[in-house]
Amino acid sequence: MSVEDPDRVTTAATQDAPDPAVRSRLARRSRSRHPSDAEYIRIALILAAITGAEIAVYYLDSVKSLLIPLLFTFAAIKFALVALWFMHLKFDNKLYARFFTAGILFALTVYAIVLLTFRVFASS
Amino acid sequence: MDASLGQHMTPHQPSEDEVELETSTGLPNIKLAMWIFLGSECLLFGALITTYVLYRGRSTVGPYPSDLFDIGYTSVSSFVLLASSLTMVLALAAIQRGDHGRLRVWLLATALLGMTFIGGQVYEFTSFVREGLTLHTNLFGTTFFVLTGFHGVHVTVGILMLLSLVALSLAGRLPQDRALTVELVGLYWHFVDIVWIIIFTVVYLIPTGHGTLVPR
Repeated sequence: MSVEDPDRVTTAATQDAPDPAVRSRLARRSRSRHPSDAEYIRIALILAAITGAEIAVYYLDSVKSLLIPLLFTFAAIKFALVALWFMHLKFDNKLYARFFTAGILFALTVYAIVLLTFRVFASS
Repeated sequence: MDASLGQHMTPHQPSEDEVELETSTGLPNIKLAMWIFLGSECLLFGALITTYVLYRGRSTVGPYPSDLFDIGYTSVSSFVLLASSLTMVLALAAIQRGDHGRLRVWLLATALLGMTFIGGQVYEFTSFVREGLTLHTNLFGTTFFVLTGFHGVHVTVGILMLLSLVALSLAGRLPQDRALTVELVGLYWHFVDIVWIIIFTVVYLIPTGHGTLVPR
């Protein structure tokens, strides 16, 4: 679905807009693209369910061998849900996502190199 | 006077399209700056989490994580912080609708949930110290307190910002067209939440091996 990007409003959205009417109009446009309260609650319930699943697998002996992959998968899903819906990266201008993703990828790359250098993932 | 110069001097109301040209990206600089800041925070917390992982299971003296962690208790804290993310987006939705009553309710709820989380963390830290774990006891104590302490400071700063928003709203200085202010505080708050998602997994749920990321 093509959605008009309300963030391309610059000064109004930066709150320096001289004209309150422009600010109000742009605020209405901004509101229209964000999820409804019901959708926010649905996402929160999914997050709670995943957290419950994390705690469950922690205590389950039958999934011990898959514990770490499962926990990282759950954490990644929760991270993505919060970033995409609650932080609106799914709905906002892609430039925000690019800056944030750049920070994450840079951090992952640098610290993966550090951990590999110190053989943290090597089996003892 | 030159005619073209006269045209430039004629005051007129800028259209939305013209307003869009007022920053080089066409986006609000302050929101872009917040995202760049959050990107840089990934490096800060990445360094702290990496340090914890690097030294996990390498303490030569106790107490060790398995002696101290209460997963049930920390799980409740995690649910509290997740719930605060929900109340934060509901606060943003409220101001975007112009519903200032609900804005204040949700902002206060978010701040209270944040304070509950911090209260839980203070209790946890206190009980760990009573058990003999301090910043200086061993590698686990140093890396654990620095990582979770930094996160706790971020949550505390977020609570102060939330209470400031409530005060601004009560003073009538947070009208509907200033919703971006609430959105920026919300971005910071959600970031603190996603950092906790990682900390909860890496620090609390993944069992400590002997210097490696291996299951018990």
